Amino acid sequence: MLLRLTLHYSPATDLGYLLHKHPDRTFTRTLSFGQSQLFFPHIAPDRCTAVLQLEVDPVALSRQVERGASATTAPLEPYVNDRPYVSGSFMAVALKDAFGTAMSGRSKERPELAAQALDFDVELPAVAVRGEGQAEEFFGPLGYAVTATPIPLDPDYPEWDEVSYVSLRLRSTVRLQDLLAHLYVLLPALDGRKHYFVNEAEIEKLERYTADWLPTHPAREAILRGYLRFAPLVGQVREGWWAEEGTAAPEPVERAHVGRLDAVAEQLQALAAEAGQPNVSVLDLGCGEGELLWRLVRSSVFRPIVGMDLSAQSLRRAAERLHLHERPEVAARVTLWQGSLTYPDSRLHGFDLAALVEVIEHLEPHRLPAVTAQVFGGVAPRALVVTTPNAEYNQVFGAEAGLRHSDHRFEWTRAEFAAWVHEIERRYPYRAAISGVGAEHPDHGHITQMAVFRRRTETEHAQGDTA
Amino acid sequence: MITTPTTIQLPAPALVLLMGASSAGKSSFAARHFKPTEVLSSDHFRALVSDDETDGSATADAFELLYALADKRLARGLLTVIDATHVRAADRKRAIALARAHDLLAVGIVLDLPLEELLARHAERRERDFAAKVIQRQQGELRRGLRGLAGEGLRHVWTLRSEAEAEAAQLERTPLFPDRRELRGPFDFIGDVHGCREELETLLESLGYLRGEAGYAHPEGRRAVFVGDLIDRGPDSVGVLQLVMDMVQGGAALAVPGNHDDKLAQALKARGTGQWPADLGATLEQLSAQPAEFQGAVRGFLSGMVSHLVLDEGRVVVAHAGLPERYQGRASARVRSFALYGDVDGSVDAAGLPLRRDWAAEYDGAALVVYGHTPVAGVRRVRNTVNIDTGCVFGGSLTALRYPEGETVSVPAAAIYAAPPASMTQLAVAPTEAQPAALFDLATFFSSYTLDTRAGGQIRVPAASRPDAVSVYSMHGVDPRLCAYLPPTMSPVATSPQALELGLLEHPAQAFNYFRKHGVETVICQEKHMGSRAVLLLCRDEAAAQRRFGDALAGTLGTVYTRTGQRFFASDWEHDVLTRTAQAATQAGLWDSLSTDWLLLDTELLPWSLKAEELIREQYAAVGAAGLAGLSGSTAALAEGVARGLPLKEVLERTQERLSHLEHYRAAYRRYVRRSEGPQDVQFRPFHLLAAEGQTFFEQSHLWHLQKLAELSGADPQLFGKTAYQLADLSDPSSVAAATGWWTALTAGGGEGMVVKPLDFLPPRGVQPALKVRGPEYLRMIYGPEYTRPSNLIRLLERALKGKRTRALQEFRLGLEGLERLAAGDRYDNYHPYALGVLALEQGRMDARL
Repeated sequence: MLLRLTLHYSPATDLGYLLHKHPDRTFTRTLSFGQSQLFFPHIAPDRCTAVLQLEVDPVALSRQVERGASATTAPLEPYVNDRPYVSGSFMAVALKDAFGTAMSGRSKERPELAAQALDFDVELPAVAVRGEGQAEEFFGPLGYAVTATPIPLDPDYPEWDEVSYVSLRLRSTVRLQDLLAHLYVLLPALDGRKHYFVNEAEIEKLERYTADWLPTHPAREAILRGYLRFAPLVGQVREGWWAEEGTAAPEPVERAHVGRLDAVAEQLQALAAEAGQPNVSVLDLGCGEGELLWRLVRSSVFRPIVGMDLSAQSLRRAAERLHLHERPEVAARVTLWQGSLTYPDSRLHGFDLAALVEVIEHLEPHRLPAVTAQVFGGVAPRALVVTTPNAEYNQVFGAEAGLRHSDHRFEWTRAEFAAWVHEIERRYPYRAAISGVGAEHPDHGHITQMAVFRRRTETEHAQGDTA
Repeated sequence: MITTPTTIQLPAPALVLLMGASSAGKSSFAARHFKPTEVLSSDHFRALVSDDETDGSATADAFELLYALADKRLARGLLTVIDATHVRAADRKRAIALARAHDLLAVGIVLDLPLEELLARHAERRERDFAAKVIQRQQGELRRGLRGLAGEGLRHVWTLRSEAEAEAAQLERTPLFPDRRELRGPFDFIGDVHGCREELETLLESLGYLRGEAGYAHPEGRRAVFVGDLIDRGPDSVGVLQLVMDMVQGGAALAVPGNHDDKLAQALKARGTGQWPADLGATLEQLSAQPAEFQGAVRGFLSGMVSHLVLDEGRVVVAHAGLPERYQGRASARVRSFALYGDVDGSVDAAGLPLRRDWAAEYDGAALVVYGHTPVAGVRRVRNTVNIDTGCVFGGSLTALRYPEGETVSVPAAAIYAAPPASMTQLAVAPTEAQPAALFDLATFFSSYTLDTRAGGQIRVPAASRPDAVSVYSMHGVDPRLCAYLPPTMSPVATSPQALELGLLEHPAQAFNYFRKHGVETVICQEKHMGSRAVLLLCRDEAAAQRRFGDALAGTLGTVYTRTGQRFFASDWEHDVLTRTAQAATQAGLWDSLSTDWLLLDTELLPWSLKAEELIREQYAAVGAAGLAGLSGSTAALAEGVARGLPLKEVLERTQERLSHLEHYRAAYRRYVRRSEGPQDVQFRPFHLLAAEGQTFFEQSHLWHLQKLAELSGADPQLFGKTAYQLADLSDPSSVAAATGWWTALTAGGGEGMVVKPLDFLPPRGVQPALKVRGPEYLRMIYGPEYTRPSNLIRLLERALKGKRTRALQEFRLGLEGLERLAAGDRYDNYHPYALGVLALEQGRMDARL
């Protein structure tokens, strides 16, 4: 990867003084990830070009990643990746290493030139971006004429048309110091992936190089997100620099989510009261990050409270939300289990109450009968609350709405839900009451469908069989 | 230059982290200031476990023991010093977490000496044979870490920047705030006052306190100790505050905060913002009528109170809501929360107030705990605790406990100032009913699961991996009834210097040597297909499907799944593919010749891009595009530089070479991309006939398997391809040379390579069932575009295969067992765990390139 920096000026060779590098020499520097060469491939009276070229060692890189040991999506990602070839954070580090003095705005021989806006031209043959038009959005507002030519992923396969890399050309009349600061921040921000761990020291660095242009930059949010990566850090800078401009009202689906959890908690509370015992055990099947659990914790009647989920990650978040590590007294009541409704699990037997909130619509339809059998035939709590979206209500969101969540495998109409509920009543010793939760439309019904199942008593069951 | 010596006010007990590079003088500093038993030195522990304090390989063991010991000391509340470099944040984090777990403070003492001093000291220490560079690196790490130290959870950090400074530093141990064991009493503990000033005055007088100019005091030097909740609810919170503050000021009383006092402290800090509960509102109103000076004094008084006090040489502890022994004398947010609010587990009552649990019933500490907080009708003594909140403000009485006498003195309330709260009920966990376990039970699978196999005894599935395997399978897997088998992993051949000389990482010679060494005479080399592993379950017709697999196969003829059990196709493609495979099997006469009505085959499915297009696009094509663009730019610029006469020829040649590697790389992945428009573009290359009704075929040779499966290709050559193979007699050099040549030809065109197996399906005990020998261009996709540069190859020479091979054998055996059980007609809960076992083994960490 490399960066070509051309000065249009007379005498253009003053670029050497600005960069503190003699144009007839080459400069090799060793960096933690490889080495850089700086040289001047072209010198003319009115045009002088400096090139900073980087050789990144891919094997050493993969070894660093191995040690860092973060789980990535693709198993080979640590070994085969674009990092050695794109101008992102490596280039930024090399820039600062090679042009540190110029970045601070100093020039021993030509101080007046360093302070002056000059006609510069920058070319970068491979820049990683996170989408088309992003380079323009980042550099354009700073006064650059931007030419970002997308690099096809593979010329043989034009259908692979996502823009992941561009060859970038920038031209502007600008002080060298500012130009370098812009590159130093915006190249890694375009890329959005740093080769080193990003921490709070990064904020200081950012402030040093961007104080006079980033706070007013129209794409400042995207730049910060790309540069800092971690939301808490982004928030920290935003707080310091500009206030958040009004928070939008929550989306209807989001409001429905909160209302639904409250309704389920209330329903479970009522079922607990029916049970009439001092302690009622409750099981949240598919507890996610524990949003229902913390509602249940507030009610002393629930003990023990068990949350089960497939995802270890969700359970870790749930434990954090419930402060299970800091609050041994809460931890004594609440247990989190990784598990699955695909399999029999005797840990789930014998609970008084259970909740199955917004779970079934995430199952492949062909897996639903087996899960239904596990829940009503295996887990078999004394009472169970089930919710799922009402597909009819989706029309209220607009005809194009489709499924509410990309991870939903299906959404049921009221008739479809009722059919499933009645089939359960037929096959398992439960009677059910169907209702709705949340916003209601006169034709399409409630936003969420709910069914409360109660296990029939022995006598009821016997009657049901003879009826 | 003269500097004032640093004085380190060390809270004790605490966990002290000494930090600094090797040779910074941590150990001699520790020896000057701490008892030998207080100091846990990593060097010493390394020596204890390995006889060599510089043995880096002993570090993990040494720290395990060091931390175990620190854990025991901190549990006893003893000052503990860890003498280790602590230059890395992860090391500090572990120590800080340990201190927190014991509700003690962690503090740091940094010896940040100039590098020259460190190196000079290092040079003097002959017994240290590691490089001076190590010290330099440690110091760099330390310096970088110092900036962020404040955020890591160390309560105090003292930094000593030179040898002289370290020599001169003074160390003073200061007890933690709650530790007032030097106060021996006698005491008069007084319960929750809640603004009942009149009753308080009466009580003090009946205890013998006299009102003087500076407030109440006892002529015999007794001290009143207030258990908190001085304010709210009652008539004169300000008067009570005034009275108690005067007594504390004059040394006649001590006080710990109650939850109400704490709320007031917070309200005063936040100053006038927010909504306060009615009680607190009234108190705030009374207070705001007071002069500013008094308000300031109240603020100072409240914020100066310590969560609880340990008195009389540790014999008595006072805390508003009580305190179990593990929290006594300690300092953390958890301790403070318990002392103020008690044993609250998050439950609230009808009014939204936290419900309190009866911690005292389980108290087993040595110290007497005096507390209040929960109003009781009469003084409540349970185990070694006394609750003296007799609910004065609710119309009960105000009670004092005389200590050490043990007698109580009470004054009845003059009025009922507030409605008494509902009494609390005691809760206990009801044991859940035990249920008879199912044949396969997740609870068992998670707790202790070994899988019995005929071929390899019991195989233990690592506990940590089991839940993840269940997660992965539940999310994407086909119906468990259909999955008895997941393909086992396979190890590559070992690397060798000879192969490296040919510019190859993998070469057939190593596979042949391996099997020859293990007594195998004939091997079969099978072409490694450029596809995705796919297991094909196929039934003769729907009736057969229903009979063997029940409603798991309702309305279909079988399924095709990946190596993780995920369904390969959407329903319409699957239906099309299965219909044609069943026809082919019928046409080939397999149902009759094998006398079965279902079959399970291990296959490769082509093209690879069918399943992996996203991966090819986002990883392989992306790297190619970036690499070619970046390196083309570099070669062009370097060429210009060379043309100018700059000494860049060598760099240019190197870069041109790299560019050509990237071109090979793009060519390598392109071989795997084929556009598939519909199910007719899919082809199976079967190589193992895994199971059928009542039988497995492990006694047959691989040759038999390939020949049997070739019949499918005969019936439908478009849907079934053949697996090319070559036999090699390992005792015959010409046969081996021919097989090697066969591999060379396969891979010269960029092929994926071959798999070498003993000709018999079941290898001798302990021998790998197969080894893969991958082609150099295919490996470019695995090891990166530039892996063939000699400087890179040499670094890949040492790859650890042992773990991979153990895993391959275990998975192979699990596979055989699952298949035997499936063939024998077992219920799914008897065979599916073997597939899950393979998936669980695959969850463990492993170099993905092997």
